[in-house]
Amino acid sequence: MTQSPIKKVAQATPEPVARRLRGLSDRSIAWIFVAPTIFLLLAVNIFPLIRTIWLSFTNYRVNRPNNEVDWVGLSNYEQILNDPDIWNTMQATAHFLFWTLLLQVLIGFALAYLINKKFKGNNMWTTIIVLPMMLSPAVVGNFWTFLYQPQIGLFNYAVGFVTGADPASFSMIGDVHLAPWAIVIADTWMWTPFVMLICLAGLRSIPESLYEAAECDRASQWRQFWTITIPMVLPFLMLAVLFRGIENFKMFDLVVQLTGGGPGSVTELTSINLKREAFEKWRTGYSSAYAVILFVTVFGLASIYVKALNKVKQR
Amino acid sequence: MSASVMEPSGRSKWVAGILVVSYAILTIIPLLWIIATGFKSPSDATAYPPKVFFEPTLEGYVNLLTDRRRATEETLQAASAQETWYESIVHERGMVISGPSRYGERFMNSVIIGFGSTALTMILGTAAAYAFSRFRVPFKDDLLFFILSTRMMPPIAVAIPIFLMFRSLGLNDTHLGMILLYTAVNLSLSVWLLKGFIDEIPIEYEEAALIDGYTRFQAFYKVVLPQAATGIASTAIFCLIFAWNEYAFAVLLTSGTAQTAPPFIPTIIGVSGKDWPAVAAGATIFLIPVMVFTVLLRKHLLRGITFGAVRK
Repeated sequence: MTQSPIKKVAQATPEPVARRLRGLSDRSIAWIFVAPTIFLLLAVNIFPLIRTIWLSFTNYRVNRPNNEVDWVGLSNYEQILNDPDIWNTMQATAHFLFWTLLLQVLIGFALAYLINKKFKGNNMWTTIIVLPMMLSPAVVGNFWTFLYQPQIGLFNYAVGFVTGADPASFSMIGDVHLAPWAIVIADTWMWTPFVMLICLAGLRSIPESLYEAAECDRASQWRQFWTITIPMVLPFLMLAVLFRGIENFKMFDLVVQLTGGGPGSVTELTSINLKREAFEKWRTGYSSAYAVILFVTVFGLASIYVKALNKVKQR
Repeated sequence: MSASVMEPSGRSKWVAGILVVSYAILTIIPLLWIIATGFKSPSDATAYPPKVFFEPTLEGYVNLLTDRRRATEETLQAASAQETWYESIVHERGMVISGPSRYGERFMNSVIIGFGSTALTMILGTAAAYAFSRFRVPFKDDLLFFILSTRMMPPIAVAIPIFLMFRSLGLNDTHLGMILLYTAVNLSLSVWLLKGFIDEIPIEYEEAALIDGYTRFQAFYKVVLPQAATGIASTAIFCLIFAWNEYAFAVLLTSGTAQTAPPFIPTIIGVSGKDWPAVAAGATIFLIPVMVFTVLLRKHLLRGITFGAVRK
């Protein structure tokens, strides 16, 4: 019989050491180590989730604790899915998601591609580009309202300087047509470096031998780009889109500080809308159903997406 | 010989460099503008065209850190007899200082909650990550996925029941409540990151230590922890930055005693309308530590932001 060397040594170990080893089994240590984490997550995540699901079938209102709580079945869900305001919110969210993802992928990939040319000092400039994404979105978003001020705002001034328009003639935040773009611009400024960093990792993971082989076959640089670079970076790019997609679907802090959902409700993304229902109108049961619908949506979309991602990886 | 993809030609390096540097300059301007606005006088801050060159003043910082009220001529003259430099700035505007502002308190709340939750997260997270990395935990993959999935919920959606729970436990607007909440949110990140770091430490080190007569616990803190020190440190900084920047929970669950800086800074107003230099000063003090940490972290940044999914 072949025994593992560890076992052999263990048998040869003198008695006191062996006894100490037996003190706590690996199994019990594993439980001691994992249990507090699981417990805290159950208390702060799972218990509230179950409560949300339960509340979503009731007409409970936090600000009227003495009202009788009635079981209303699926009527909250029915109301939400038939509410035209919610569909407007969904549209605003879709607009925000589509454009931020598109711009961040294009600019992020382009930057990563350029940085990968390894010009002198590229590390320092990369660090500078990364700075915005690490900062507090609420604090930075608040300051963007200053940059977007008509006349005195730096953004308006710069746009006026480049296009010749009067910087006082437009308001990025106050205008119904411009506000959805104001939040796209600020989010793109903040999060493009995220996509860039992931793309850069993808580009750096491509083995040079692939390009050497292509070079031997006299493939043009254009051809190499489309048949080697893009397919090799694609899984990374998709991962970046997954992270940004989930984060921007949940988007709250940056946008609530920038526009507060306005003007009217043109930039009222789902999280802002939900906050209004839950913490301003205090419709607790209704907003719980809303929260459940959002969670199922994110979870469903993310799982489908991850399946697609795994397929791309396997290729 | 023509240039290849692996070794770009000198000219394409130049072009790439110029494009990247111009983007970097463009992207850093809003941040520099925050810092500059903090040192402007209110009239310089709202001047048209926007002022790039201006006479720096500490008025924004004084306004940020003090509460002021208008005063009559006589009070001003009496007060100006023995004024300090910051009092004279306030007196010039026809006001006197009535006390310190709330900014200091809110900043300290951010420090307490940030460091408290980071410490707790690291203790729980390191232990859990070690167990997931080294032992056969039943339902390991499900548990790990469960831990990650807690991050997919919009914070507002979780905030409703947490608000109710905290209210019945008396945890609303307390440091302890916020520390527990941020710990729970950060655990997903720290377990995933730390498991990756611990996976990279060869298991042979511990086996050798066990053979030498160490117990599992000793092997854990005498062999594994020192090896994982860099990973633990960078994970801790990521947790700290998250707690530092968090806004949604803070704005819903805190209002007074435990309010952190992010919900407070946007509410800073002056005597007449928004005091942008003071807001910018508050933002500068709040953002600079994160900028420093980002520079220190740059090698581990990618790993941190992707929950360990992408390693370099």
